Amino acid sequence: MMQFMLLFSRQGKLRLQKWYVAHPDKLKKKITRELITTILVRKPKMCSFLEWRDLKIVYKRYASLYFCCAIEQDDNELLTLEIVHRYVELLDKYFGSVCELDIIFNFEKAYFILDELLLGGEIQETSKKIVLKAIAAQDLLQEEETPQGFFDDHGLG
Amino acid sequence: MYPYYETDWSVLPPELNRRFNPAFNMATIKQVVNEAIERVRMPTPMRLRDLIRQIRAARTAAEERSVVNKECAYIRSTFREEDSAWRCRNIAKLLYIHMLGYPAHFGQLECLKLIASSRFTDKRIGYLGAMLLLDERQDVHVLITNSLKNDLNSTTQFVVGLALCTLGAIASPEMAKDLAGEIERLLKSPNAYVRKKAALCAFRIIKKVPELMEIFLPATRSLLSEKNHGVLITGVTLITEMCEFSPDTLNHFKKVVPNLVRILKNLILAGYSPDHDVSGISDPFLQVKILKLLRVLGRNDADASEAMNDILAQVATNTETSKNVGNTILYETVLSIMDIKSESGLRVLAVNILGRFLLNNDKNIRYVALNTLLRTVHVDNSAVQRHRSTILECLKDPDVSIRRRAMELSFALVNSQNIRTMMKELVTFLEKADAEFKAHCSSNIVLAAERFAPNKRWHLDTLLKVLCGAGNYIRDDVIASTIQLISESTNQQSYMSLQLYKALSQDLMDKQPLTQVAIWAIGEYGDLLLQAEVDDDGTPAPTEKEVIEIYQRVLWSPQNTSTTKQYALMSLTKLSTRFQNTTDKIQQIISSFCSSLHIELQQRGVEYSQLFGKYTHLRASLLERMPPMELIRQSENKANGEVESELRSEESSPQHNNMKNDSNILLDLLGASDPLDSNIQSNTLISQQTGTINNQNLLDLLGDLDTVIPSVPTVDSGIGLISENNNGSLPILNNQNSIFLSEDLLSSNRVNENDVPTILAYDKDGLEILFTLEKIPDSNMLSINVTATNNTLSMMTDFLFEAAVPKTFRFNILPPSGTVIKPNGQISQILKITNPNKATLRMRMRISYSVDGNSVQDHTEVNNFPSDIWV
Repeated sequence: MMQFMLLFSRQGKLRLQKWYVAHPDKLKKKITRELITTILVRKPKMCSFLEWRDLKIVYKRYASLYFCCAIEQDDNELLTLEIVHRYVELLDKYFGSVCELDIIFNFEKAYFILDELLLGGEIQETSKKIVLKAIAAQDLLQEEETPQGFFDDHGLG
Repeated sequence: MYPYYETDWSVLPPELNRRFNPAFNMATIKQVVNEAIERVRMPTPMRLRDLIRQIRAARTAAEERSVVNKECAYIRSTFREEDSAWRCRNIAKLLYIHMLGYPAHFGQLECLKLIASSRFTDKRIGYLGAMLLLDERQDVHVLITNSLKNDLNSTTQFVVGLALCTLGAIASPEMAKDLAGEIERLLKSPNAYVRKKAALCAFRIIKKVPELMEIFLPATRSLLSEKNHGVLITGVTLITEMCEFSPDTLNHFKKVVPNLVRILKNLILAGYSPDHDVSGISDPFLQVKILKLLRVLGRNDADASEAMNDILAQVATNTETSKNVGNTILYETVLSIMDIKSESGLRVLAVNILGRFLLNNDKNIRYVALNTLLRTVHVDNSAVQRHRSTILECLKDPDVSIRRRAMELSFALVNSQNIRTMMKELVTFLEKADAEFKAHCSSNIVLAAERFAPNKRWHLDTLLKVLCGAGNYIRDDVIASTIQLISESTNQQSYMSLQLYKALSQDLMDKQPLTQVAIWAIGEYGDLLLQAEVDDDGTPAPTEKEVIEIYQRVLWSPQNTSTTKQYALMSLTKLSTRFQNTTDKIQQIISSFCSSLHIELQQRGVEYSQLFGKYTHLRASLLERMPPMELIRQSENKANGEVESELRSEESSPQHNNMKNDSNILLDLLGASDPLDSNIQSNTLISQQTGTINNQNLLDLLGDLDTVIPSVPTVDSGIGLISENNNGSLPILNNQNSIFLSEDLLSSNRVNENDVPTILAYDKDGLEILFTLEKIPDSNMLSINVTATNNTLSMMTDFLFEAAVPKTFRFNILPPSGTVIKPNGQISQILKITNPNKATLRMRMRISYSVDGNSVQDHTEVNNFPSDIWV
């Protein structure tokens, strides 16, 4: 089971965090800081896996963003790389060639997509089409609720 | 009061009176004023994207903080005023602020209000906020459980989906119990979107409360007959979890093996399906999950394993391996083959797959292969041995993590047949390795050499190479074991001292450990060195003068540590009895240290000079060669146990018995004066051995003396007289003085109590920490001797013991005897606690160490100190 997933920039700024285990806020921050610093100093020719406490850390860099997952000992680290890649593909399809700014300004959408791919730290859907269809249908629900013309002022903006 | 236009009197008709406005009546004015007030009080909140822009525009951290603080204050005020129109937007902003690391807990209840709203937008953000701001430890459970229950019954699948997703992320045991029934119902829902999410919720619920598994069992089985991959994969995940928890369920699901095999077969044989294809492979996610479940079901079950042998072979041979996906599946297949009771041919196939992985271009795959081989090497050593050369090749990998794994695996492969070739590679690796590897690698080479060395000469040569290759990164234990081995192998001593002399004559500034060993050996076997035979390289034995010159270089070089120089001074003193013609020169060098600025060296200079003056008659016997140090490590542990139990039974300490057998009364006195009695139980063994070998020897007496000093590492006791531990050397010298001057031998004695209470303070993961308490008579002081024993088979390094006591106590912690604990080894440390108020002692302790490259940290509290200790 994946324990958490973090997205952060090359500058070490956190862009997304998803926790599937309960930790106090302070500990979450400590873990995040620790992993960000550990991963950022690793050289590109090093492999994508780290042993960290009793977990395996799998990370991969896409453009300016690092995707970092913590999995348990009997999880498949190569598969985790595939899951991360699948998530990136989904973001890419949804935003249309995604960049870091898309995720900053639409972080809630990035969460929604992740929640359609993973649930409770396990993969729930292996078809890209079904995930994107579910997201589109929910976005539509949201749009229908928002009074026309007032969209700019009433939505999340 | 009236508005002023009403009191204004005008003679002009209304249409000409510019000050009159018909719209200016009371009602309109009131409305306008109210609206204006409302606007000031409650402006339209800033939009999320504007906030993000503002925060990103901040140039300094302080500026960002001020933007965030202002917005947080505003958001708080809207929460207070129950502004429901903008709640959704405000929470969204708060979530962004939360991600930046600012506190956002005040939004927790607002999230719950959003969830309770009927709008989908509100729910979507509300649940997102709940997942980010709440977790299972929060006490708003009852509230969120009710909302979840409502939404799980919604007619909109996406609302149900949101609720399931949230439950899957933050379910606590209470929530799990309250909502398990709902989930079971949804597990049978006709809607696949709901069903797959419900399956993973059930997975989470079982993780939290395993007893709830029962209610999900009937509905779970049918998940496997699905066509929909989402439901299939979540179903397989759920079953895997169930099987891991209970053996009964595991047996129950044994019968689905054929179904799983069929699904897997269909996946492999199925043609291209665009929906689930990943670079030419059909749904690798599902394949991996099924392989994992097969592994769980086939473990320790010959029949189940038999049923899956074929499909595993098929997957192993048919999977396309040009991309990461294919290798992902192969990797999982290998894990399954290794774990179940598979045919031997299949196991060979699996190891060969890993062997191929080792040659892969992708570093991740090489890493995974080494890791997996490391796990199987103990089961299937011979199969892994076949890939030895490839593994050794990985020692040269550019990726440091791969090199580390390869090194560990190489050490696991070493055996008595391949020791020579393996060590050659590993020593080469050691010479070129990064600093971080050197300590670990050198210790491991030493351990492997100890176990498999074909002969003494080879063993000594290897140790010498390690000392040369690892330079200053060598751990202290390597020095000790090299010295021990040289001392033990009597017929190699002349050869070794020549080899070490050769190494010493080269530049050794960055190899202090080597210098120390060399100096020790030359000092001990100086006479043999002079008579050494010409070795293979044609180097003849040196002359006395050449040797002394090297000592001069070592002693005067500013690069050598003072520890090395202390070794050199002791060794030089010993040479004065081994060499014939250079005694004057030696005396001259030693006396020049009488004025050394370094206090340790000065003390030695002064003391050793005494041996050339007033006490010159003692010199020869005092500096005699040390008796061979037998290897004691193996038997040490058992002996400790015996000693301890005898101690506990309040008999007179065995060390007394033993020493009384020796007719040496001095020794006995010293034994009794041992200030810390039982703390160094292991040392009694050393004293027994050395004591019985040559109990009349004054030198031996010194050897015994130094073993009672707590801060000398026990394994090092062999270097006895010249033990260079900075903490240890002072007491040694004090004791030496007291013999030399043989006056106040008894003055420093302390009462020896036999009924010393001991407490087992810590026993976990093979680390055992024992407290031996000793009350200092007529004071409030308690001395605790902490003994840490390593019961594992690996080396523990960077060992750090920290302790804290309540403020009413005064507390002093002395330096430990070392930071490295060998397998079966011990280190000790002394704590001194003063208790002026006679309060009850409690102690918190923190222990950290590294074992096999992993750092371990733990803390615990000791409360079981005997209460009568202070009386």
